[in-house]
Amino acid sequence: MSWLPIMLLGVPMAGAAALLVPSRMDGPARGRLLRVHGLAVSGVTFVLALVLAATFDYGDPARVQFETNLAWISGLDLRFHLGVDGISLPLVVLTALLTFLCFVYLCWGGADRPGQLLRPRAGGNRPRALVFTLLVLEIGMIGTFLALDLLLFFVFFEVVLIPMYFVIAIWGGRARRAAAIKFILYTLLGSVVLLLGLLLIWAQTGTLDMVALAQAHGTGMSRSVQLIAFVAVGIGLAVKTPMWPLHTWLPDAHTEAPTVGSVLLAGVLLKMGTYGFARIAIPVLPDGAVVVAPWLGAFAVIGIIYGSLACLAQRDLKRMIAYSSIGHMGFVLLGFATLNSTGVNAALFGNVAHGLITGLLFFLAGAVKERHGTADMSALGGGMLSRLPHLGSLLTFACIASLGLPGLAGFWGEMLTLLGAFEPAPGLSRPLFLTFMAIGGLGAVLTAAYFLTMLSRVTHGRSVETVVAPVLAGAGGDHVFTTAEDGPTLSRADDVGVLTEGRGETRVAAERGNSGEIRAESRLPRGTHPEDASGLPGETPGEGRDDLPGGTHPEDGHGLPGGARAVGERGNSGVIRAESKLPGGTRTGGARDLPGEASAEGAHDFPGEAHAEGRGGLPGGARAVGAGGLHDVAGYELAAWVPLVVLIVLFGLWPKALLLITDPVVRTFVGAP
Amino acid sequence: MIQSIDYYAVAAPLILALTGGLVLILDAFLPRRAYARPLLGVITLAGVLVALGVVVTQALRDGAALRTFCVPEGLAGPTRAGLGALPAGGGPEAGAAGAVAGPSCSFVVDDFTTVFAGLALLAGVVVVLLSMAELSHTDIPVGEWYFLLLCTLAGAVALPAARDLVMLVVALELVSLPVFALTALRRYDGRASEAAVKLFLVSVVSTAVMLFGVSLLYGMTGTVYLDRLAHTLAEAVPAIDTAAGRVSVGSRGAEQVTAQMGDQGISSAYTSSLQITHDLPPVVTVAVVLVLAGFAFKVAAVPFHAWAADVYQGAPVPVAALLSVISKAAGFAGLILVLVAALGSQAPVWAPIVAIIAALTMTVGNLLALRQRNAVRLLAWSSVAQSGYILAPLGVLSGEAMRASIAYLIFYAVMNLGAFTVVMLVARRNGGTEIDDYRGLVFRNPLAGLALAFFLICLAGLPPGLAGLFAKIVVFREIVDGGGAWLAVVMAVNTVIGLYYYVAWTMRIFTPVQVTSPVQVTSPAGVPSGADVTSGAGTGVTSGAGTGVVPGAGTGVTSADGGDEPARAGDEGPDAASRRGRVRGEWLPVGVAIALAGVVAVAFSVAPQLALDLVPTAFPPPG
Repeated sequence: MSWLPIMLLGVPMAGAAALLVPSRMDGPARGRLLRVHGLAVSGVTFVLALVLAATFDYGDPARVQFETNLAWISGLDLRFHLGVDGISLPLVVLTALLTFLCFVYLCWGGADRPGQLLRPRAGGNRPRALVFTLLVLEIGMIGTFLALDLLLFFVFFEVVLIPMYFVIAIWGGRARRAAAIKFILYTLLGSVVLLLGLLLIWAQTGTLDMVALAQAHGTGMSRSVQLIAFVAVGIGLAVKTPMWPLHTWLPDAHTEAPTVGSVLLAGVLLKMGTYGFARIAIPVLPDGAVVVAPWLGAFAVIGIIYGSLACLAQRDLKRMIAYSSIGHMGFVLLGFATLNSTGVNAALFGNVAHGLITGLLFFLAGAVKERHGTADMSALGGGMLSRLPHLGSLLTFACIASLGLPGLAGFWGEMLTLLGAFEPAPGLSRPLFLTFMAIGGLGAVLTAAYFLTMLSRVTHGRSVETVVAPVLAGAGGDHVFTTAEDGPTLSRADDVGVLTEGRGETRVAAERGNSGEIRAESRLPRGTHPEDASGLPGETPGEGRDDLPGGTHPEDGHGLPGGARAVGERGNSGVIRAESKLPGGTRTGGARDLPGEASAEGAHDFPGEAHAEGRGGLPGGARAVGAGGLHDVAGYELAAWVPLVVLIVLFGLWPKALLLITDPVVRTFVGAP
Repeated sequence: MIQSIDYYAVAAPLILALTGGLVLILDAFLPRRAYARPLLGVITLAGVLVALGVVVTQALRDGAALRTFCVPEGLAGPTRAGLGALPAGGGPEAGAAGAVAGPSCSFVVDDFTTVFAGLALLAGVVVVLLSMAELSHTDIPVGEWYFLLLCTLAGAVALPAARDLVMLVVALELVSLPVFALTALRRYDGRASEAAVKLFLVSVVSTAVMLFGVSLLYGMTGTVYLDRLAHTLAEAVPAIDTAAGRVSVGSRGAEQVTAQMGDQGISSAYTSSLQITHDLPPVVTVAVVLVLAGFAFKVAAVPFHAWAADVYQGAPVPVAALLSVISKAAGFAGLILVLVAALGSQAPVWAPIVAIIAALTMTVGNLLALRQRNAVRLLAWSSVAQSGYILAPLGVLSGEAMRASIAYLIFYAVMNLGAFTVVMLVARRNGGTEIDDYRGLVFRNPLAGLALAFFLICLAGLPPGLAGLFAKIVVFREIVDGGGAWLAVVMAVNTVIGLYYYVAWTMRIFTPVQVTSPVQVTSPAGVPSGADVTSGAGTGVTSGAGTGVVPGAGTGVTSADGGDEPARAGDEGPDAASRRGRVRGEWLPVGVAIALAGVVAVAFSVAPQLALDLVPTAFPPPG
């Protein structure tokens, strides 16, 4: 019995349990405590994972180390059997790292910047619940990678469902309910099928011990049983991975999830599916694997092509990255389908690389969305590299890494996968896999195509943009387009007020709609100095702005047509968002005069009225507006992202670091020399 | 002949019956004071607890099963009355096994009995607690209520001990009949009366159908004792072990035959069902089907399910809880007794039927539950669906099927009762049982909200509700073992359908209440009139926009029984003290009930072995 794996599960569990203790602490103090709590618990877990990695015996990674084997439920033969080997170690560390980075992102500094823990949201930000949910999620994720008992694996596999559902459904975007329910139903359907497969294995072999099963290498199960079990287990895992025809939950879930949700979903949850292939499906059911592998490969390459083509058609940044995940996971699955050590190693490498890169990409996309209020690429306009140079550079870096530039982590997974497909395991049709290889190569080109297209649309180009600014108002059912055309171009905000009077043409249009959101669209020509774009109305940075330019002036907010205020809302959205992207109006009086604070969270099917009463006195409201300006990368973001960047470069330059520990394990079950 | 009665064996139902009489008498003679109502409740509770204690001692006792009301061997009636003489080629053992070793007994206390009795009594404790809240201020006659409740419990405790058909039917009626009256006790309530009439008609019809089947069985075999029934039917069936290619005569007890059937798998079961028709007259099959149909009514299995939702909704919440757990457990106890203990040799006949019924039940129940807006109706349909899961293992001819069913039933009872306790709490507080009344529950009453969420997730079968997950795994394992692939797939799909409504409900618990403007307030329950809620100024921790129905409840952590919360502002007397007393009388029992169910559910989640250990292995061989 080893204490490390137990601690890895116990620390987040204790951290989550501590949050259940009721406290009567006042708001701010509680917020501070939560911040420290989240950081500390995830930090300790991460340190434990590092200790695990440090004390791991790299001389014999194929051996299961840190083994813990306790009886839990004798009626079900379920043992609390944990352990780490070369396959699971990288994933355990990756999980602990990404969770920790998510907490860094959420809790660093004052924790009230855009996207952070204590950031006010419409309907309450509920930081304690978020920390609790993320910690429970971490238990499930780490447990899945540690479990060495089939049913225990399944239990942990299921543990993540409910927390992730809540992460999406409570802290998600506009269509979060539907996305969350789709996510949980799809993945549960997958897991139940997985359970049937696992039970079939158990019924046939009489053991749940993954190590013993992997050593038995399929003995004790007839070929047909293996086939059925592999199909069941494979479908269950493929939903989670996701494989092509079973992927449809993923884009919605990713698009609607909050930043940390997307990061963990892409970075870890998808890996649980692929890990299952490496841990259960292929080693335990080798005969079934040989039969199904061509199909798996076919679905994988369809996924690659489909994901890439779908990416080309996306307008939403997060959605595009989600589809790119389908493509990348296609490469991983293709690697598994080759059933040779090169391919499986490539799959495992691609797994980790995808976790790092896509994690980073979703962090960045989330940051973009927080700043602009939208992730719609056409609405974002172009020229991010000039307006937000650091963010733009990081986005460029992540995209380049994701499209598989040699020298970065994304390259090795794809390249080795294709290499593996060049000569698949004996028993598999080589011409077929050569075809797969060719199609996969085409997919890699398409991947480059969509990422470069995206970069050209977002980071490069003219900085003509349309900022969608949801105004804080209970203007149910009414759209108010406040378009400041030909707005002032001076960079000094102090002058803006004057300029507004002078030149700002303001058109205020109220129209009936469903969204209950006031959009202030400012179509602005480029400023004189690209770097000084901050001076433009519509993207005034928070600091030092006393007033709002043009049509989005708070006083004008007052003056918005009656429809904007106190209009009963029966629309569909009711989501009035606190993160207004209204320019300017920092912590000073400006914002306070905005009509109505969002309070109609979740008004979906509830015919009621938005609470349209002014709530300007709240500091939260003022700050919500104040941060509407566009900052470049902030400290907390940098703290969360830099480790990922470093690791992407590290694994890109030194892939052996990872391959050395996965390879011996892979060799034990693919039977390679 | 004078029968000697083992009073220890019959102690539990006896205590319940005596307590029932005592309550009725006390109700008649006690002065109409404020303390009378709670006093009767406490007496009832004490009676149930004592009976529970007896059952626990019986369960912990070592040694052979307690038997009473026995008939000596010599007094056995003419066996095989309608079946004719034993076929000549019956096999070598047939002659020796013709007579049952030892006397046959009507009342047997073994593992099976104690598990079901304990389950019924524990559920009874919760139902009594809920009743104390329900009765604390309504005009429902208290004495009658508790009397009827105790009668039902006595029946539920006696039923699993019954080992003859007559006793079985009588006990089942003892469970059912008082429930009609309990449902109708809320007088001048149209829904309740309708529910009672519906329940009565359905139940009477099902009893009639079952009695028809029972009488056919008796007519065929000439005995009402389950063990003799099993022998008579078994020796008539030369079960052909096609897998091993040998003829084994099923005269070694029904369980073994069942076990063999399980080993053979479902395909050979069908073959042997063909064999049976050569020997047994088809009327036996008719009898089996009729008995099955009768029990299907009791457990609300499709196609006899239609009464469930209306009755659950019309009945007071404690009665709905009773119906969904105690009544259902009794129905399953009877079903298992008849099918496994008596008709085990007929498994090839009934197992496919049970499998189809199970598949239909879970599917229809889940699909109907999807559309429900009312919490009790939703629970009604969901418990229909759960009946399907309980039935499923019985449909695959697996040797351990009975164990899986009982295990699931135990888990289900805890989870469902827990859900009902919180429904009770919310119904008393808000006066409504609509799903929308649960919006933001976790902000108003965190413990109740979390408890309900936990129970619902348990019912859905997902972590952290591990109890439900393990229950489902047990059932799935039986089905997969037994070779019922299609049934496993149907159940898998149903699990997903079920998740939808459980999760949708759970989500509401965590969704903040929408702040309504004063104009919109129409709810009589005093939904906050534009209640200005401190939305935490951006830093409030859990408050968010959570406007409590009760101001101030948003941030404070209230106790589970909600004892500090003035409920239903301003619809009762102005006297604060009496209201406070009423509040205590209402919330304390509900709080205890929630806590009890919650603790058990958590215990079962952490250590499901506790429940799995309770499950009896098989019926002990007679004699």
